[in-house]
Amino acid sequence: MTSWPILSVVTFLPVAGALFIAFLGDDEAGLRNARWVALWTTLITFAISLILVWRFDPSTPDFQFVEKAPWLGNTIGYAMGVDGISLPFVILTTGLMPICILASWTAIQRRVRAYMITFLVMETLMVGTFCALDLVLFYFFFEGGLIPMFIIIGVWGGPRRVYASFKFFLYTFLGSVFMLLAIMAMYWDAGTTDIPTLLHHGFPRSLQTWAFLAFLASFAVKLPMWPVHTWLPDAHVEAPTAGSVILAAVLLKLGGYGFLRFSLPMFPVATQHLAPLIYALSVIAIVYTSLVALMQEDWKKLIAYSSVAHMGFVTMGLFAVTAQGVSGGIFQMLSHGVISAALFLCVGVVYDRMHTREIAAYGGLVNRMPLYAFVFMVFALANMGLPGTSGFVGEFLTMIGTFRVNTWVATLAALGTILSAGYMLWLYRKVIFGKLEKASLAAIRDIGWREMIVFAPLIIVTILIGVYPKPVLDFSAASVTQLIDNYHHALNGAQTAALAR
Amino acid sequence: MYETIVALPLLGSILAGIIALLGARNRLPGEDPPPHGDRAASPVAEHRPRGAPSPHEQHAAFANTHVEEPADEPPAAGSRPAELITTTFLVIACLLSWYAFYDVGVAGHEARVRLFSFITFADLHSDWALRIDPLTAVMLAVVTTVSSLVHLYSIGYMEEDPYKPRFFSYLSFFTFAMLMLVTADNLVQLFFGWEGVGLASYLLIGFWYHKPEANAAAIKAFIVNRVGDFGFSLGIFAVFALTGAVDFDTIFAQAPSLAGKVYHFLSWDVDALTLVCVLLFIGAMGKSAQFLLHTWLPDAMEGPTPVSALIHAATMVTAGVFMVARLSPLFSLSPGASAFVIFIGATTCMFAATVGLVQNDIKRIIAYSTCSQLGYMFVAMGFGAYSVGMFHLFTHAFFKALLFLCSGSVIIAMHHEQDIRHMGGLWRKLPFTYATMLIGTLALTGFPFTAGYFSKDAIIESALVSTNPMAAYGFVMTLGAAALTAFYSWRLIFKTFHGAPHDRAHYEAAHETPLTVLVPLALFAIGSIAAGYPALAVFTGHGTDEFFRGSLQLGIADTLFEGAEKVPLLLSILPTLMMIVGFLVAWLFYIRRPDLPEELARQQHVLYQFLLNKWYFDEIYDYLLVRPTLWLGRLLWKGGDGFIIDGFGPDGVSARVLDVTRNVVRLQTGYLYHYAFAMLIGVAAAVTWFMFYGAHG
Repeated sequence: MTSWPILSVVTFLPVAGALFIAFLGDDEAGLRNARWVALWTTLITFAISLILVWRFDPSTPDFQFVEKAPWLGNTIGYAMGVDGISLPFVILTTGLMPICILASWTAIQRRVRAYMITFLVMETLMVGTFCALDLVLFYFFFEGGLIPMFIIIGVWGGPRRVYASFKFFLYTFLGSVFMLLAIMAMYWDAGTTDIPTLLHHGFPRSLQTWAFLAFLASFAVKLPMWPVHTWLPDAHVEAPTAGSVILAAVLLKLGGYGFLRFSLPMFPVATQHLAPLIYALSVIAIVYTSLVALMQEDWKKLIAYSSVAHMGFVTMGLFAVTAQGVSGGIFQMLSHGVISAALFLCVGVVYDRMHTREIAAYGGLVNRMPLYAFVFMVFALANMGLPGTSGFVGEFLTMIGTFRVNTWVATLAALGTILSAGYMLWLYRKVIFGKLEKASLAAIRDIGWREMIVFAPLIIVTILIGVYPKPVLDFSAASVTQLIDNYHHALNGAQTAALAR
Repeated sequence: MYETIVALPLLGSILAGIIALLGARNRLPGEDPPPHGDRAASPVAEHRPRGAPSPHEQHAAFANTHVEEPADEPPAAGSRPAELITTTFLVIACLLSWYAFYDVGVAGHEARVRLFSFITFADLHSDWALRIDPLTAVMLAVVTTVSSLVHLYSIGYMEEDPYKPRFFSYLSFFTFAMLMLVTADNLVQLFFGWEGVGLASYLLIGFWYHKPEANAAAIKAFIVNRVGDFGFSLGIFAVFALTGAVDFDTIFAQAPSLAGKVYHFLSWDVDALTLVCVLLFIGAMGKSAQFLLHTWLPDAMEGPTPVSALIHAATMVTAGVFMVARLSPLFSLSPGASAFVIFIGATTCMFAATVGLVQNDIKRIIAYSTCSQLGYMFVAMGFGAYSVGMFHLFTHAFFKALLFLCSGSVIIAMHHEQDIRHMGGLWRKLPFTYATMLIGTLALTGFPFTAGYFSKDAIIESALVSTNPMAAYGFVMTLGAAALTAFYSWRLIFKTFHGAPHDRAHYEAAHETPLTVLVPLALFAIGSIAAGYPALAVFTGHGTDEFFRGSLQLGIADTLFEGAEKVPLLLSILPTLMMIVGFLVAWLFYIRRPDLPEELARQQHVLYQFLLNKWYFDEIYDYLLVRPTLWLGRLLWKGGDGFIIDGFGPDGVSARVLDVTRNVVRLQTGYLYHYAFAMLIGVAAAVTWFMFYGAHG
């Protein structure tokens, strides 16, 4: 389709920018340049990724913009390509990056160059994860993303950053060990690590179950699912604002993407057998973490817990394996990427001014920050799934898709919509409404121009795809339909095989 | 044209919102935060902002306890344009709506306008669309009329409020959401409007956000509505699972085939249609403040009075009734669900009336009255007399909005005093308000030939025609509530306008309100009298079918007339008799023997407290639901996440690792002979091992 390796360019352009920053000086001008170079790099990357959207043919479920090159020996290759499932995540990543750089503009004053380099490297790794068409390459990007995040929390984080970063590392690393084992087993069985081939390989039943569980170990931690979610609140609390944004918006989605790319299509029998387990974990995640969110005293922790609850809708929808459930899961991930990013940015706005995240330290902000109150209201409403915002579309589709398969799960999940209204409105009231009585807040200033530029695109996207979600849904329609068809096909095949025996 | 009707309020809302935000921005200019790390150098409190510092907090501190608005802050810039834009747009939308009412209802030109697709994936299709049929036309007329008059009224009522642009933006946004609700042609858009009006209600109840009670009431309203919406959304899912569609035309076409079908819901097999209808009706219970989910409505009176008139009396709370009417092809097929509707409606009708008897806040009395009247509408819906329920919705919108606006007029005149025990004798000071409120009360109590008389009598009569097993319960409850309605309504009038003034200072300062307030009162008063008789034929007579043409299930409406004629005379004048009884008792209690009520309250202390505390619903819910939820949240957080998961997970593991390393570290003593000794043991062990295994190998 294209004569130039557009996916590789999108993936590795940020690293090129990072290299450039590495050669800048450490003086005032160098720091300023580092910020600008990072911003321009991410903007150009975003622009190029938009070319992908423009050239993408949503009518076919096949991988597009495919690139192949030999890499390690004959079997493990460098293969890139996107389909309707992965491309939206690429755009989400490249689109949020400039916003993250802008959000760190003044908040980061220490080791600016290193910070920008880390962020750019992380962008490469994340985009690479979504584009990789080879298992080993995927593993490389997937696990590689761990390191920059670990550094960001550990170096630029808050007071308990070391605890948080190690907790983060411990959890995610433990999960990935199992995944590596499963990848090796898949290679021995199929003789290749090429993902498009593996998608049609048809793994034996015994392998499916334990490979599914091994992948689950890794993806469940990333997503995160209950009960391996406790690293997330700590990581969020300690991470700098932009770190939280990327963590919530993109890194969490790697798990959901992994389910879509590997677990569902490659291990359909195991998926069907273990779906009740996933349902149970999803529903517990939704209700349990929503309840926990109600009691939080730390602003960021509350939003972190609400993230876990929203990811519960994703896993529930994906494992319903209905058209609405799966597309709803994808939509929910994208929408949550935007909304949670915006919510963490909202926390960042006041944190940059007051340097505390304690909810009790605020109150009555609307009296001094009316515009901020408006912005935060939009995202608070989106987070509780108000129709007309993107949050609703995702939750609605996942629930309606799951209801067809399992009414218990959908009903219990719907309880989450009551609880989410509870904690978001409570937070809003504590922080924004009321009289402004605290002396420390008396001179707080409303958001400035840079912050407005950060929020404007997020507000537009949230409402636009909330009112008119069709383009986004259509984008992945062909791939989702094929995924579900193949799934049912594989199950039927497995059933006939079982009968024939 | 229909796009315009819907779009005008939205446009007005956006414009007023921009004005509000720009005004706020000018007053409080923003600034990007200073670079991190200099917080010690410059204490935040040091640099005062360039703009005028907000005097808000100082004033709020001095504000009198029962003052509604924040005290004299300067009005926001752009108040005038904001109110003019929104009100003009609404008046235009109102005129267009009445034309639509004529065009659709009388001339018979129905319309479907498909705007663009909403949530559409695989076999799920939902569009943004405007479905204009007679049922919608009625609602369009009601909503835009009440809304435009309330906009007009608010210009006067909110005169001193510093946040007028924001207020008008919210009001118009509400109107937009309500119009989306009534024009929906599928359940998803209906749900959008449903939650949209809920949002507007939340914002407007909490409009005076510096008041803790207003904030609490706003959150309560939203969350109780969410509980209802929980049922509603499950209803939508169930409809989709059963019919594979969410748009009304397909659902209605498939409805007959669903009758008698069994659906496996949760762990039980239930009748599919009953399940769907009951789930959807739970949504209606939340929005229309029916028994069990009613607790938010009285608290919602914390909002400005025009809001109470528009949202919490005339339009939003009737959305539930509208929904049942819209889905009448489903409800009419399910006697079980209809019985449930009657039960809830009749219970609400009675319950709210009993609580209304003893309340002292002028707005809360009317709020309970609204709750009770909504119960009437649902009873009619349950009987299968859908058009009769819509009739009461139509007339109720006029007289209840009138009553609220009148009470608003009294409240301004009394300088934000809402307790009727502090009023009295006001009719001399507020003759116009008195006259209009009297009209509203007559209509509410069903005085012959006012609007309320026709619709309420039609409901009670349809109880006699209905075949539903719950009909008898509905009849008794609505009849009893009619007497109570008359009592509390006249109690309100007598205590407010008659007798001796209880509070001299307030009485002396009272004055009639400005013209923008009085004009809407006059118009609503006319409606309260005149809206009944001309509409009678449309809603209850033989004209019903001609008018609604399938947009509404007829149910028993067409047999109503024949049936009613066979009803014995005594039964048919019973509602009127009940009204007279209520009036006489109120007259006895509050004019003739004003000492009686207090004596009665002393005698029946338990009952009085029970009613005064609204059957202790708030306390029960707090005890049964709110506290356990919070307790559970804390338990899961500290116990589940903190103790179990972290304790046995990462923290436990790292603690064990630390233990191990600590012991390992202890081995490294630094003494050469320790190492040498350890090495010797090692060598010995290795040699031994080789001796045993190496020999075999």
